[in-house]
Amino acid sequence: MQCCVCKEKPATVHLTQIVGEKMQKLDMCEECAKAKGVNDPTSFAMADLMLGLGASQELDPSAIGAELKCARCGFSQADFKKSGRLGCPECYRTFAEGLAGLLKTMHKGVRHTGKAPEALRKTRESVDRLKILQKKLAKAIDTEDFEAAATLRDEIKTMSGAVPAKTTK
Amino acid sequence: MKDIHQFLCSPADSTHRHGPNDRIVMSSRVRLARNLRDHAFPGWAKKPERVKVLETVQPAIASLPEMADSFSEAMDNLVALDKQILVERHLISREHAAKNVGSGLVLNRTETFSVMINEEDHLRMQALRPGFQIREAWQAIDGFDSALEKKLDFAFDNELGYLTACPTNLGTGIRVSAMLHLPGLVLADQINPIIQSVNKLGLAVRGLYGEGTEALGNVFQVSNQMTLGESETVIVERLEKVTAQIIEHEENARQTLLEKKPKVVFNHIGRAYGVLANAHSISSKETMNLLSLMRLGVDMDLFPGTQRALIDELFLLTQPAHLQKSLSDKLSAEERDLLRADMVRERLKNVSRPVTK
Repeated sequence: MQCCVCKEKPATVHLTQIVGEKMQKLDMCEECAKAKGVNDPTSFAMADLMLGLGASQELDPSAIGAELKCARCGFSQADFKKSGRLGCPECYRTFAEGLAGLLKTMHKGVRHTGKAPEALRKTRESVDRLKILQKKLAKAIDTEDFEAAATLRDEIKTMSGAVPAKTTK
Repeated sequence: MKDIHQFLCSPADSTHRHGPNDRIVMSSRVRLARNLRDHAFPGWAKKPERVKVLETVQPAIASLPEMADSFSEAMDNLVALDKQILVERHLISREHAAKNVGSGLVLNRTETFSVMINEEDHLRMQALRPGFQIREAWQAIDGFDSALEKKLDFAFDNELGYLTACPTNLGTGIRVSAMLHLPGLVLADQINPIIQSVNKLGLAVRGLYGEGTEALGNVFQVSNQMTLGESETVIVERLEKVTAQIIEHEENARQTLLEKKPKVVFNHIGRAYGVLANAHSISSKETMNLLSLMRLGVDMDLFPGTQRALIDELFLLTQPAHLQKSLSDKLSAEERDLLRADMVRERLKNVSRPVTK
């Protein structure tokens, strides 16, 4: 059985919690369990873990002090806990930190690999290409293959000119 | 304003739509969730903002060539009974039927495209196909979406993909599903292990009307749950593969039942026929469960000369809203049970009892 959080390591920590009439089960690996604060069951609410935007964030109120609210639409973390839905597209940026863990548990990956609007598709492709080239460059430098490194550097230079400096994110 | 009843094709016609493997796969559908970049999601937006979104989205959809002849209406212009009929036709969700001001529906003439505006997301667009045509449904909605993105500014993020009201739909915003009739697996007691193994692949199995509904009439919906981290094609292909396997299991279960336990099969189908052809009061739930067995009987050639379409038509006509619509007075559930039984007896009067050699 795989860990339901990282989906990589085998699950060794098994939790069952009964909330109202519902039984919830979670299977996690040691590390994820520790990261989620599962080793102290008294302070642990599974609902918070499953909803992601939970205990950990509340225990650690960010530097803003007050509750996090979306600047665009006024949606708050408490609203998310109530409905399980977000307020507007911008909320994904506002609550990015809290959402990261949640997305990991609910999806196959945390990065979109599917369709993109055509206008953005080209940018996306070049950004991906650029990342690959940069990786290759690092490797070339590592292996002291300076000839290849020089070619890659030039290629990256021309490409960077073509990619708008600021992509959507 | 068009009348939804004149627009929708008749139950009789709708059951004559055929597709590959439609003995088992009743329909295939692919839905995409999309939102406008600059507006709050429908669940959080106030009424004026929802109305504004509707006024932006509705004409954009209606202007697509696929929607040249379409039914386009605000939800507050539809009465409860009509909304319920749309739910029974699987053209809108139960959640959407509860919407009013600021929500809308655009449906094309052939009922192959249906777009819900301001359901949980600004747009929930789906392509429907009869039978096992998952890939075709995906290609259709993919093209539809590409045409629409030229007219509307969709909320999209390079990392997270299409942004949706609920994080469970994030990324591709896709839900691919097949509606399956699986009486063989239910009778053979094999349905639970099948559901479990399908669940293990990250796919959900639901009842007739989607989320949180029971599998009335042995009808199950199999669909993907995860939408982020995989491309649409990967998701579509997985669902195709799994559906093909379920079809095979269902065919095998039917075959084995007929070989090993013919009496069990004949008993179920014979009793179903007996009740449907003779009852004077019957609930919609019982009707669906028994019609499912008769449908199996038709598939097994136990009712020579009877078309599956007759059973499928009854399946639709006997559901509460469709039944109510065919009557002039508003009836109580008990009164409907009487009239439902009358209708079923009448429609089955030329169907002879099952031939069990």
